[in-house]
Amino acid sequence: METLIAIAIGILTAAAVYLMLARNVLRFIFGLLLLSNAANLLIFTAGRLTQGAPPLIPKGADIPPEGVANALPQALVLTAIVIGFGLFAFALVLIFRAYTGLGTLDSDDMRVAEPKEQGR
Amino acid sequence: MTTAGEKRGNGIIGVLPIALAAALFVFFFSQISAVSRFGPQMVSVPWVPALDVQLAFTLDGLSLVFALLISGIGTLVMLYSNSYLAGHPQYARFALYLTLFMLAMLGLVVSDNLLALFVFWELTTLTSYLLIGFGHESASSRRSALQAMLVTGAGALALLAGLILLGSVAGTYSISGIIAQGDVVREHALYVPILVLILAGAFTKSAQVPFHFWLPNAMAAPTPVSAFLHSATMVKAGVYLMARLHPALSGTEVWLWTLTILGAVTAVFASVLALRQTDLKLALAYTTLMALGTLTLFLGSDTEYAITAFCTFLIVHSLYKAALFLVVGCVDHGTGTRDAALLGGLARAMPVTAIAAGVAALSMAGFPPFLGFIGKELKYAGALAVASEPVLVAGAVLVANALMLAVAGVVSFKPFWRPAGGALPDTPHEAPWPMLAGPVILAALGAVFGIQPDLIQATLINPGVDSILRARGEAKELHLWAGVNLPLILSVATFILGLTLYALHGRLRAVLTRWDEAAPHFDTGWDRLLDGLKAVASWQTRLLQSGVLRRYLLTIFGALFVTLAWTLYARSPGIPALSFPDLELKHWAIIALIIAGTIEVALTGSRVAAIAALGVVGIGVALIFVIYGAPDVAITQLLVETLVVVLIAVVMLRLPHLDENRRRDWRPRDAVLGAGVGVVVTMIVLQVLAQPLDTRLTDYFEVTAWPEAFGRNIVNVILVDFRALDTFGEIAVVLIAALAAYALLRTTKEEVEK
Repeated sequence: METLIAIAIGILTAAAVYLMLARNVLRFIFGLLLLSNAANLLIFTAGRLTQGAPPLIPKGADIPPEGVANALPQALVLTAIVIGFGLFAFALVLIFRAYTGLGTLDSDDMRVAEPKEQGR
Repeated sequence: MTTAGEKRGNGIIGVLPIALAAALFVFFFSQISAVSRFGPQMVSVPWVPALDVQLAFTLDGLSLVFALLISGIGTLVMLYSNSYLAGHPQYARFALYLTLFMLAMLGLVVSDNLLALFVFWELTTLTSYLLIGFGHESASSRRSALQAMLVTGAGALALLAGLILLGSVAGTYSISGIIAQGDVVREHALYVPILVLILAGAFTKSAQVPFHFWLPNAMAAPTPVSAFLHSATMVKAGVYLMARLHPALSGTEVWLWTLTILGAVTAVFASVLALRQTDLKLALAYTTLMALGTLTLFLGSDTEYAITAFCTFLIVHSLYKAALFLVVGCVDHGTGTRDAALLGGLARAMPVTAIAAGVAALSMAGFPPFLGFIGKELKYAGALAVASEPVLVAGAVLVANALMLAVAGVVSFKPFWRPAGGALPDTPHEAPWPMLAGPVILAALGAVFGIQPDLIQATLINPGVDSILRARGEAKELHLWAGVNLPLILSVATFILGLTLYALHGRLRAVLTRWDEAAPHFDTGWDRLLDGLKAVASWQTRLLQSGVLRRYLLTIFGALFVTLAWTLYARSPGIPALSFPDLELKHWAIIALIIAGTIEVALTGSRVAAIAALGVVGIGVALIFVIYGAPDVAITQLLVETLVVVLIAVVMLRLPHLDENRRRDWRPRDAVLGAGVGVVVTMIVLQVLAQPLDTRLTDYFEVTAWPEAFGRNIVNVILVDFRALDTFGEIAVVLIAALAAYALLRTTKEEVEK
């Protein structure tokens, strides 16, 4: 399964890069979402996959039973999901604001900070 | 510089620097007997022990001569400035810069560590920049300041490289340590690179041809600054460095020829151009170049005559040149102009200035009984002692000296004793006494030392020569009358030639001006160099900074692909075999779901389809979390996916379609790059999975979660206990994002309402 997920991560990343290179900033933000999914999966998979054994300590025991899933990547991914969501939400509002201000979603036409030079 | 301001003065800020400089002068003066009797005085404090950098200070003959000149002329210049710039609104700044410069320059000449010397060297460059650009309202001041800094700063970079090479070759950064093992340095394979780099620093600082052009431009600085930095002290830092390292670097053919030829060229070239100038200050600036060239020329040799000539001329020049600069300041102050063609007949209105100017100029022209005469005799003796090419060197010195005499006449005789050439802007009036003190004292010293050369022979000249030649009692004696010999005959020839040149200087100037205008100019060359640099910079900026987001991303992803692919190719043991053991249908189904959703998002032209496909991908990922023992993560993922879809849907209502015709978005180039990055990432994941997993951290959390943190859900314990600060940071990030989004939306509302 790890191999299969590795391929899925590759495809997610490829699509993310492709989308982020688009002129339309909405596509860019779709790419951002796919990229954060790819990153989360990567962190999760790098900690190895353990089927059906969440890292819990049963009542009465001091340590979890042998062979539970790796808790560390889960904690990291949890944080990453939330922060990724914060980034996405802000980027979305920024795009919305850019559209109401500039009247376009085309990143090539967003040239307020670096206006096109004469004759180019 | 209002008349009211002159009376007001600058208060305590004007007096403090004078007191400081005077105290330093007294201190160095009190060291004379110790140095001349017992040799170098040393103090050392560790500074950066790890790099073998000490704040080590040595006061030997050479340092002492410089230190006395710096602090002595410094005192007079500070006194002078206090009147010259009386009531200037930025006098405090000026006094600060000037004091900083003086301290940096003193540090430079007493440092016994190469790196400390370099730091002081750069400090003088910086303060010189600030002082040349003191009149920063004028564009030409700013240009001159920048030019001086760039030229000397570029040289300083070379110097730094040279000093580091020298330090590593000699195995120490202590100057006294290095000059004690000159043979090691001279015989090392890196000797020539070291020499070239160090001389690049010294020649730029001391304005030798072809780096000379910044010095005349530096005359944009207030006149006391020109007198102090750009004549008596700072420009001699390069000369000082060459003298300081003379024992370690001299004595080779490269050293001899480089210094002799460039010094001679600079001396003759500068003295010819000096005669061409009509601005008194510029004329003096070019004669300073001539002096620097002559000093360099003498350092090329290592005969006692040449080095004695070096030490004597160093002192002579500083005395008369600082005096003359200050005189020009007085003339400018008293008449409102520095134009040699206009000025004349000032002796009646400005008698003290006239006499000081006359005395200093006689020393400069090399008339007996002034110190300049002795200096000139020694110059000829030194020039004749340059074994290889005495005729050439003596010829160069003869031409330069004759021209010097003519310039001395133009600067100091004509404005005072000849009839005026035109109407003066102001009615000439004598300068106040603090401005006269400098020229009078400095000119008088030139006369006193000339009549009584014993005064400086044992105290300054001998220790100075000793520290350059690293031997005792090598200095030649200074005599006013040394009998009829070749130097005396050359002197007489100088007088005849010089007086002729002075008599003809009006006509000569016209010829020189025509030549000068026809010849290519270093200054315009400099402008072209800078323009070229700027053109390259803007070309490169246009190339790299297109201002188009997609191009930046293309560069980033391209670079990412290349570096990752190259690392994989170079470091990986090979492509791991793909194997799919024990896979059930549900696994295939989930992955198929994710991949299908991904491709749909990438290619669709419909936003509804895109949102739906994004949802599919998110749920697919959540399912993976569910299957592989991460229920908490799965819950969060589902929650966030829902929110994402809701948010996009809300915003989309206000935004246009992805594409008006809902076409598929197909860009082959981007697809190739995306596929490349994707393949590389997959390879990396497979490589990571092939490595053994380090579980120490996980084990620690598993063992301590319950006994220490009293939690049974290990993931939760990590988040809220072990890594609580990270979680706090995460909450803060979300909060900030929310606040920022709110602020953006509020301004949108206002704009819409408008």
